[in-house]
Amino acid sequence: MRRIPLSALLGLFITGLYFFVAIFAPLIAPYGMGDVVGGVWESSSAHFWLGTDSIGRDLLTRMIYGGRTTIFIATVATLLSFSVGATMGFTAAVVGGWVDQGLSRFIDLVMAIPSLIFALVVLSVMPVTVTTLILVMGLLDSTRVFRLSRAIAVDITVMDYVEAARLRGEGQIWIIFREILPNALSPLVAEMGMRFIFMVLFISTLSFLGLGVQPPLADWGGIVKENKEGIVYGITAALYPAIAIATLAISVNLVADWILNRTTSLKGGR
Amino acid sequence: MLLEIRNLQIGATVHPPGEPSRDIVIVDGVSLTLEKGRVLGLIGESGAGKSTIGLSPMAYGRGGVRITGGEILLNGRDIRKAGPAGLRDLRGREVTYVAQSAAAAFNPAKKLMEQVIETTLLHGLASRSEAEARAIKLFGKLGLPNPETIGNRFPHQVSGGQLQRVMTAMALCPQPELVIFDEPTTALDVTTQIEVLAAIKEAIRDTGVAALYITHDLAVVAQVSDEIMVLRSGKMVEYGPVQQIIEAPREEYTRALVSVRSIEHEEKTPVGEPVLAVKGITARYRGTHFDVLKRVTVDLRPGQTLAVVGESGSGKSTLARVITGLLPPRAGTIRFAGRTLSADLAGRSKDDLRELQMIYQMADVAMNPRHTVGTIIGRPLEFYFGLTGEAKRKRVQELLDEIEMGAGFIDRYPAELSGGQKQRVCIARALAAKPKLIICDEVTSALDPLVADGILKLLLSLQKREGVAYLFITHDLATVKAIADSIAVMYRGEVVRYGTKSDVLAPPFDDYTDLLLSSVPEMKIGWLEEVIAHRKMESAGN
Amino acid sequence: MHPVLKLITQRIALGILLLLAASVLIFVGTQILPGDVAQAILGQSATPLAVANLRKAMGLNDPAYVRYFHWLFAAMHGDLGHSLTNGADVATDMTGRMLNTLFLAGTAAVIAVPTAILLGLIAVRYQGRWPDKVITGVTLATVSVPEFLLGYILMFFFAVKFRVAPSVAMINESMSLGAKLHAIMLPVAVMVLVVLGHMMRMTRAAILNVMQSAYIETAELKGVRPFLVIFRHAFPNAISPVVNVVMINLAYLVVGVVVVEVVFVYPGMGQYLVDHVAKRDVPVVQACGLVFAAVYILLNMLADVISILANPRLRHPK
Repeated sequence: MRRIPLSALLGLFITGLYFFVAIFAPLIAPYGMGDVVGGVWESSSAHFWLGTDSIGRDLLTRMIYGGRTTIFIATVATLLSFSVGATMGFTAAVVGGWVDQGLSRFIDLVMAIPSLIFALVVLSVMPVTVTTLILVMGLLDSTRVFRLSRAIAVDITVMDYVEAARLRGEGQIWIIFREILPNALSPLVAEMGMRFIFMVLFISTLSFLGLGVQPPLADWGGIVKENKEGIVYGITAALYPAIAIATLAISVNLVADWILNRTTSLKGGR
Repeated sequence: MLLEIRNLQIGATVHPPGEPSRDIVIVDGVSLTLEKGRVLGLIGESGAGKSTIGLSPMAYGRGGVRITGGEILLNGRDIRKAGPAGLRDLRGREVTYVAQSAAAAFNPAKKLMEQVIETTLLHGLASRSEAEARAIKLFGKLGLPNPETIGNRFPHQVSGGQLQRVMTAMALCPQPELVIFDEPTTALDVTTQIEVLAAIKEAIRDTGVAALYITHDLAVVAQVSDEIMVLRSGKMVEYGPVQQIIEAPREEYTRALVSVRSIEHEEKTPVGEPVLAVKGITARYRGTHFDVLKRVTVDLRPGQTLAVVGESGSGKSTLARVITGLLPPRAGTIRFAGRTLSADLAGRSKDDLRELQMIYQMADVAMNPRHTVGTIIGRPLEFYFGLTGEAKRKRVQELLDEIEMGAGFIDRYPAELSGGQKQRVCIARALAAKPKLIICDEVTSALDPLVADGILKLLLSLQKREGVAYLFITHDLATVKAIADSIAVMYRGEVVRYGTKSDVLAPPFDDYTDLLLSSVPEMKIGWLEEVIAHRKMESAGN
Repeated sequence: MHPVLKLITQRIALGILLLLAASVLIFVGTQILPGDVAQAILGQSATPLAVANLRKAMGLNDPAYVRYFHWLFAAMHGDLGHSLTNGADVATDMTGRMLNTLFLAGTAAVIAVPTAILLGLIAVRYQGRWPDKVITGVTLATVSVPEFLLGYILMFFFAVKFRVAPSVAMINESMSLGAKLHAIMLPVAVMVLVVLGHMMRMTRAAILNVMQSAYIETAELKGVRPFLVIFRHAFPNAISPVVNVVMINLAYLVVGVVVVEVVFVYPGMGQYLVDHVAKRDVPVVQACGLVFAAVYILLNMLADVISILANPRLRHPK
């Protein structure tokens, strides 16, 4: 086993910590999610480590529960985006012909409209629930995964070893799972990290615009929205999510970089 | 003395991903001298450090390579002490460079003339009109068509052989004292290579410039050099006048290089029912409008070798795709082992697939980098014969023994093997299927000559033992002489000459076969002039 | 016809086709609600009469394709329909806001594009040394924070703490250009920071890719100075990838502007769109969606046309 570099270790640790806090939020958070426990925008103290928010709820508690919501939605949407995108991408690359043409042109079309704008258009008529959000985000994002996985798979299918397997008489299942997938896995996993970060940013933006997670549920984008009026009075409550999102994004990036590097070395450093 | 290199040391820092960086030695203690107007050939296999040494008179290192010790004296001054401005002044004025791939070495966005005279103008050696006149003269001398106007073209509008001549003109235009030729003809087709080589030789002689000529092909360097230095793994093996190196090599390694491609193979007479009979095949790629193969008809007897020879674009690799079923032909039939093969892959039985195996040119992309040698060789055993577990492992071991590789390789990944070992594993994978016919597509062209010789010997001994037939596709006539029983010469999609080896290689020749045969460099001084004088036809690549 | 002309014509035709298809997609996107749109817009407590009136106002009694073509033809004639919430003409409402948005995005682009290319060139020239590392590090930080948060961070420091810029970007027609520029200082800064990071990194990668070509080595071996190598040999070949980078990022600005306008309460298209999404005002949302998509498609098309024009192989065929 190779030594894990320090940067990746740090990234793994922080990412793990965020997920741990998200899963065990009810046990970790000092107060209940919606409990009003203090005055409006109290500054940080022994009772309220990060102070209180616009209606007197403990901000640390809101951040912990907010992280839970944000990370949960981002994770499920990423999984959805990957299962749909990668399946379609591999199918298009391996089957080729009309299936490939049809899928690719349709994806081009969806990608011709910016994701945020498309999401807003759809959300203007859909009921804004967690399920809708996950579906809309996951499906819109699957277009990017489709392009990547198709491109990777196309690169691999033209390799002589895939041709050799075809000439041997192997079926599509062997070719996809034994010849293509092992070689495509690492860039896909690295991309998964990038898509997860994008999902965190996406859901935060939607919530900030008031079109994402609805109150009383907390999420990082929503915390900014609830506390933004405080900024002009010098209240920093709306800025904590920035730190949370940026540290999460950077640590996931570090892990993704490491995965990508580790796998290129297996191919003999080429 | 124009150039004197004393005890040159060159090193580099490599950064293997996931491991700490480390320093490696590329060139170790090499010394040489070169007088004005002389040509020194640097020869060696890949990794010998010949290109690195070649670039040292310009004090240039590619990708992290740096000179770590020794002296490089150009006209008596040590260029290692020159500093960046001094080096810029020297590069392009005193020393110029001709790269292996001219197609990549020219800026695609600029006209040829701009690039050819850039150095001359940059160093203030002549006015623009003088420089252009010089360039046009050089174009003519190097045998380029329309020397007056070819400079107005862009690199992509000119053929590969012509670009290499333009690159030579670019190197000679500033009238340097030393030109470095770095494998200038290696990327060209065989028939083009000889003509470019002759043009370069003439230009060197006419201008009286000194040259370092780098190549992996001893027969080529013997034609242009006055002296030769043989290199191996960054160290000098032998250094002497060309006559001595070719005719009386002192070192074991040099002797091996000189005698390479001297495998003797006795031709077998064509007996028995053909194992493969290709009849009237015409084929084209989807979406194109011309036939890549035109009415190709050839036979191959069991246990024998048919060599299909031709240059790039002759259709020889397409023929392999048609036979394997990857490209269904527009017309014609293929009979294999007494039955007619379905035109496309999907219609072939498991036995059809098993008995017809293929070995590729690039062994590293022919094996899945994520599978071990054991999996790669074991899969056909499992797939065709249902072998599993211990039985499979035992058979893989036997196959590894047959290709002269030891027990330790079974759990290794392809990335851990050398080029020759990779190709051997591919051979074992083909053998595992117990085939009647193996198609070998340029299987030795990516390998160094000595390694290639080893592969050819292995293929011959396997044929003797297993009775397998080979369809051997190659552009290299020396290989053909070493291994074939019968030969088909292909040119622009057609078989222009076909018969037993002795018939095909005996005069009278048709024009193309003559051109092709005369293009194989021989290990003989003065051969180049003889050949050029007797040519009947020009190469298509010019 | 010259092959370049043919390719460009094809690309423009494709752009128009794509725009038409996008209009279908946007229309379908507002119709995919299971059940009744009018009911959903008005909520469960609405009277049946109100629902029926809304259905009629939206033309919901016609089949979907009829409504699509009505909408499309009207839109082609400049009629984008009427707002459901206040009955105002969408096209009239949108014009002023669109100009405001163009002003904001345009200012950001004018600053960001040259800066990004310059920084990219500097990073390439000093590759692996400290200027490169500083530039790459800082831009990594700016692209890891969402636009709206970057907005509040800047607002907190520059508007609240140091009081050098206004915290909201209110502009109107009577203001002078100088006053307008002062008002949009912070939103422009946010957009420049966000786009700069992406654009600089992509420019750097594009030029580095060109710098690895064999012809760059040829130039170095001719004794050409490093600056001239980049300028004379790398840049002409980097035009098409760099133009692509610029266009991708301008398209990115189009989306970024939506969020930034909301943060700084700027009277532009983005603010308008977000307000009406919350009010479920379908005609406004459709119209805004169409305009944003059109700008996006246009920019991508432009990028492709420029890279076709910059390719010597296409301009000078064999």
